[in-house]
Amino acid sequence: MDAIRRAWQSDFSWSFRRSPVAVVSLAVVLLLVLSAVLAPLIAPHNPFDPASLNLMNGFSKPMEPNAFTGDTFWLGTDDQGRDVFSTILYGMRISLFVGFVAVLFALVLGVSLGLIAGYVGGWTETIIMRIADVQLTFPAILVAMLIFGIAKGITPVHMRDEMAIWVLIIAIGLSDWVQFARVVRGATLVEKNKEYVQAARLIGRGSGAIMLRHILPNVLSPVLVIATISLALAIIAEATLSFLGVGAPPTQPSLGTLIRIGQGFLFSGEWWIILFPAVTLLALALSVNMLGDWLRDALNPKLR
Amino acid sequence: MITFILQRVFQSVIVLLVVGLVAFAMFRFVGDPIDNMLGQERTDADIQRLRIELGLDQPFVVQYAKFLGNAMQGDFGVSYRQGRPVSAILIERAPATLELAAVSGLLAIFFGVVLGVFTAIRRDGVAANVIMAVSLIGVSLPTFLIGILLIYLFAVELGWLPSFGRGDTVMIGGWSTGFLTTSGLQALVLPAITLGLYQMTLIMRLVRSEMLEVLRADYIRFARARGLKNRAINFRHALKNTMVPVITVTGLQLGAIIAFAIITETVFQWPGVGLLFINAIQFVDIPVMAAYLMLISVMFVAINLIVDILYFAVDPRLRVDRTTAEG
Amino acid sequence: MTLLSIDHLTVQFATRGEPFTAVSNAALTVEPGQIHGLVGESGAGKSTIGAAIMGLLEGTGRISDGLIELNESKISGVDEAAMRDIRGSRISMIFQDPLTSLNPLFTIGEQLIETMVEHLDLNASEAKRRAIELLNRVGIPDPKTRIDQYPHQFSGGMRQRVVIALALCSEPEIIIADEPTTALDVSIQAQVLELIKELARERQVGVILITHDMGVIAETTDVVTVMYGGNIVETGPTEQVLGDPQHDYTRSLIAAVPRANRKVHRFPKLSYDGRQTDFAIEELARNWPKQEAPDGPLLKIEGITKRFVEKRSIFPSQRRMFTAVDDVSFEIRPGEVFGLVGESGSGKSTIARMIAGLYQVDKGEVYFDDIAVSHAGLDELATYRRQIQMIFQDPFSSLNPRHRVDAIVAEPALHLGVIPKDQINERVSELLERLGLGAEAGSKYPHQFSGGQRQRIAIARALATQPRFLICDEPTSALDVSIQAQILNILKDLQEYLGLTMLFISHDLPVVRQMCDRVGVLRNGQLVEVAETATLFSEPKNDYTRELLSLMPKTDLLSSQDLATAV
Repeated sequence: MDAIRRAWQSDFSWSFRRSPVAVVSLAVVLLLVLSAVLAPLIAPHNPFDPASLNLMNGFSKPMEPNAFTGDTFWLGTDDQGRDVFSTILYGMRISLFVGFVAVLFALVLGVSLGLIAGYVGGWTETIIMRIADVQLTFPAILVAMLIFGIAKGITPVHMRDEMAIWVLIIAIGLSDWVQFARVVRGATLVEKNKEYVQAARLIGRGSGAIMLRHILPNVLSPVLVIATISLALAIIAEATLSFLGVGAPPTQPSLGTLIRIGQGFLFSGEWWIILFPAVTLLALALSVNMLGDWLRDALNPKLR
Repeated sequence: MITFILQRVFQSVIVLLVVGLVAFAMFRFVGDPIDNMLGQERTDADIQRLRIELGLDQPFVVQYAKFLGNAMQGDFGVSYRQGRPVSAILIERAPATLELAAVSGLLAIFFGVVLGVFTAIRRDGVAANVIMAVSLIGVSLPTFLIGILLIYLFAVELGWLPSFGRGDTVMIGGWSTGFLTTSGLQALVLPAITLGLYQMTLIMRLVRSEMLEVLRADYIRFARARGLKNRAINFRHALKNTMVPVITVTGLQLGAIIAFAIITETVFQWPGVGLLFINAIQFVDIPVMAAYLMLISVMFVAINLIVDILYFAVDPRLRVDRTTAEG
Repeated sequence: MTLLSIDHLTVQFATRGEPFTAVSNAALTVEPGQIHGLVGESGAGKSTIGAAIMGLLEGTGRISDGLIELNESKISGVDEAAMRDIRGSRISMIFQDPLTSLNPLFTIGEQLIETMVEHLDLNASEAKRRAIELLNRVGIPDPKTRIDQYPHQFSGGMRQRVVIALALCSEPEIIIADEPTTALDVSIQAQVLELIKELARERQVGVILITHDMGVIAETTDVVTVMYGGNIVETGPTEQVLGDPQHDYTRSLIAAVPRANRKVHRFPKLSYDGRQTDFAIEELARNWPKQEAPDGPLLKIEGITKRFVEKRSIFPSQRRMFTAVDDVSFEIRPGEVFGLVGESGSGKSTIARMIAGLYQVDKGEVYFDDIAVSHAGLDELATYRRQIQMIFQDPFSSLNPRHRVDAIVAEPALHLGVIPKDQINERVSELLERLGLGAEAGSKYPHQFSGGQRQRIAIARALATQPRFLICDEPTSALDVSIQAQILNILKDLQEYLGLTMLFISHDLPVVRQMCDRVGVLRNGQLVEVAETATLFSEPKNDYTRELLSLMPKTDLLSSQDLATAV
C-alpha cells in the first residue's frame, strides 16, 4: 500500500498526470492492446473461419445494410465479405505480437551486448561495437528485408507461411539491437567509473554480479525510452514489410497486409477497406511514439 | 589527418569484403543455383557442365575470390528470373533511383535543418510546438501510407500529378534522366515528397535536440554573459557545434533514403533498383539480391567516408595535434 | 561612489508546490576596485545572486522583489534587450569550469574579437591588436601565436586566464566570478586569484567573488558577505567578519575551517543549522574485535609502479605509456593515520586503488600483515578483503542509487561472509544508529539523504566487515566545510576508539594537518618526502613541499575563538 502511495506521489507520476498527452496516449495504447488481446471475445466475426463468411456480404459499406443480405457491418466488409472491424482486431494481434516479441528480442540481445562491451572493454568492446557500427550503416528496414529474403530462400516452400511470423520477428529484432547496445554501452561506461562499482569490486564481487546487480538497474531508464520508441518502429517496420509482401502472409494478415489488400480497392471506391486499418496503424504508432517522447522528457528533465 | 583517412579507407575495405562474403554466401548456399538456373528438364550432364561453368566444384576460398573479382568488374551473374546479366539490369535501373534519392535527400536535409533550428530556437513558441506535434505524426506515419495518401489526393481525386512511373525520360550517354521533361518532373514530385518527408522529420528532430543540448552548454551561457547578440549565439556558436553530431546522423539518413526508396518505388511503381530488389526477394532471385547488397554497400561506405572528411572541416579538435601548454 | 547596489532582493523558483525562495531580502554594495566576497555552503543562494544580477536566472527562477542598481540606474526588471546591452559591456562573468566555458570550435582570438567588436567601437584589426595586448596582460606567453589557437590547445589554468581576458575585453565595470578557481589545482588557484586581484586594482573594476572557500575569501577579498539558506547573515570588511564573527552561523562556519598551523583534537560541535547529528563511535567499540597488532608495520608498500596506456596501437612502437606511480615505497604502522598529499595527477588515488586491489600492480608489492597482496591465493585474498575497506570521494556516486540503504551497508559483510545472514540486520541497524542516521534509514534509498548523511552511510558500509584498515580517498572534498568537520570528527573517533589504521588521501593540506600522524608528499607519481605531520608543516625538507605549503590560502585572519573550547 505504502509503495503504491509513494509511487503515486513521485515526481514521475506527478508529471505523468499533469501531461494530457501522456495520459491520452497511454489510454489509447492500453485500449488497442486490450482489444487486440481480447479479439476473439470482442470481434463480431472470426474472419478466418470460412464457415462464418458469406460472399454475398462482400463490399458492404460501413454502417449500411448490405444490399443482398441486409446485414450491417460497422466498418464495412472486404471483397470476400469479411468484417473489416474483425480483421482489424485480429490483424492488430499479429502486428502487436510481432512488435512486442521483436523488441523484446532486440532488447535482451542489445542490452546484454551493450553491458558486456561497456564493462569488459578491450577487444570484446571493439568487436561488438564495430559490428554495431557497420550494421548501423545499413538501415534497419533493409537488414530486415535481407534477413527475410535469406530465410525465405532457406526454408522449404511448404513451411514459408508458417515460419513467416517468426522470420519477421527475428528480422526486425536483429535489425534493432544496435540502438539498445549503443545506449547501454554508453550508460555503462559512465556507471562503471562511479564509485559504487569500485566499492563492489573492492569486496571481490565478480563481473557478472556487478553487471547484473549494480549496473543494469542503473542503465534501465534510457532502455525503457528506446524500447517504447522501438515498439513504434517495429510496428511500422512490420507493417511496411507486410505491405511490401515480404512479411505476414495473407493467411495471417497483419495491419500492413490489410493495407496492402485494401490498396487495390482504394481506386475503385471501396475506401473503407484501406482507411480503417490505416487509421488503426497510425493511432497505434502515434500513441506509442507520443508515450516514448513523453517518457524521454520525463526521465531526462534537462532535455526539456 | 591522412593517416586517419587511410585508416577509414582500410576499415571500409574490410566492411566491403565482409558484405561481399555475405553476398557470396547467399549466392552459394541459399537455394541451389543449379536448381534455379536449369528448368525441370535437365540431365546429369547439364548439371555437371553448369557446375564446372559456375566453378562450383572449386574450393570455397577460390570461389569467393572469383566472385569478388567478377563483382569488381561489374559481373554479378545472371538474374534467375529475367535471364539477363544482373549488371545490365542494374545500369538500366540505377538512374531512376539515384535521381529520386538525390531530390528527396536534398529536400530532407534542407527543410530538416531549417525546421530543426527554428524549433530549437523558438522552442516555446506556438509555431514550433505545432511543427513538433506534426513531426510526431510524421515519424508515426509509415512511408507507404504517406505515398498512398498523396496518390489518393493528388492523382486520384485532384488528378494533378501522375500516380505511377517516371514519365518520359531522355537518354544522355546511357543515363536516362527524368529531369528534362515536364512529365518526368511531374512524376518525380509525389515520390520525392513521400521519400523525403520521413527523413526530414527525423533530421529535424535530431537537429532540434542536439541544438537544445548545445544551447545549454557552459560556453553558450558564457557567450550570453558576454552580451553577444542572440543571432550570433544561435547561428554562429550554437549551430556550428550542433553540426558535429548532425553530420553523422545525416550521413546515415542518406543511406536510409536509398533503402526507403524500396518502399516508395513499390508504392509508385517507380522503375528503380529498389523495385527490382523487392521483386528479387519475392522470387528469391539471389544474384540480384547479392548485387544490390554490394552496390548499396559501396554507396554507404562512400557516404561514411565523406562524413568523416566533413568532420575535419568542422571540428578543429581533430585537425590539430594536442599541444598542451604548461601552467 | 557605489558601483553596484542590491537592495531587498528576493529570488524565487516556481516548483510543483510552493515557490522555492532561493534568496530572500538580500542587500549588498560593491565599490570600484573592490573585491566583494560572497561565501556560503551549497544551497546558500550565493550563485543565484550572481545570476540575478546578470539577468541569467535559469529555469523557472525570477526576481520577485528588490532593486539592483548599477551606477545608480536600475537594472533589475528591465527588458531582455536592455539587459543585453548591460551584459558583457558593463557586467561580465567568469564561470567555474574553464574547460567548458569556451566554445571548442572557435579560436580564442575569434571569441575575443567578436566580443570586443560587439561592445567597443573597434574594427577587427584594432580589436585583434587589443586582444593580443590583453592576452599578454593575463599572462598568456607568446600571445601573437596563441591567439589563433583553439581552446583545447590550452591547459586548464591557461584557459581560465583566457576566460578572464574574455570577461575583461569589453571593459566592464563589474565582474562576477562564480567559483573561478574551484576546478583548478592549488598552485594555479593562487596565480589566478592574484591576477584577479591585480586587475581589479589596476582597472578599478568591482568584483563579486562567489566561493565556498574561506581561505580564498581571506586571501582575496576586501569585503565579505556570508550567506546561509538564502539569507545574508553577516556582512562587513573581510578582516572584521573573519576575525570577530558576530553571527552564530559565521562563527560555526569559521570554526569548521581546518587550519594548517594548528591541529585540533575535534572540531567544535556547533548546532546552528540543525544539520549536525549525534554519533557514538565509542559505543561500537564494545562489540569490536580486539586484534593483535603486528610488531612491524600493518601495511608495507615496496616499490610499486603503475603505467597506463596513453595511446593504443597495434604497433608496439606507436604505443605510448604514462607512468602514474613510479617506484613508491612507504609503511603504515598499526593504529596510525598516514596521509598522502599531492596535486591532481600526482598518483595518489592510483596508489589507493592499487592497495585496494582495484588496479593491478605493475611492479613492486603491497604487504598487509603477512600477506603479499598481488600474489595472494584466494583464501588470503578473502582474508585481506575482510580487513580493508574504502571510503570514496563522492558520496553521490559511491552508493548505488537503485539499492536500499540496508542492502548497501550489508553487501560487503554478506558477500565476504563475515557475518551470518540472520545477524546482518542487527549489525546494519546498530551501525546506522551509531552513525546518527537512525535505524529506519535502512529502508530508504540514497537519494533521500544529504551529502553528509550519505558519507556516513558509506562509513557504515565500510565498518560492516569490522575492518582493521581503512582507505579514505578524498573523503571530504565533495562536502561543505561544516559537514567536512563532522566527517573528520567521525574518522578521528574511528582511529581513537576502534583502533583503525588509515591511509588518508587528500589534496587539502590543512585537512591533512588535522587528520594525519605522518604524511607523504607525491609529485608526478614519485614520493618526494615522508615525515611526521608536525615536522612536515614546520620544517619541510623538499622544495616542492615548501612550494605547496606556501601556496596554501592563509587562514591567519580567521578567528580561533571557538577552537579553544574543543581542544
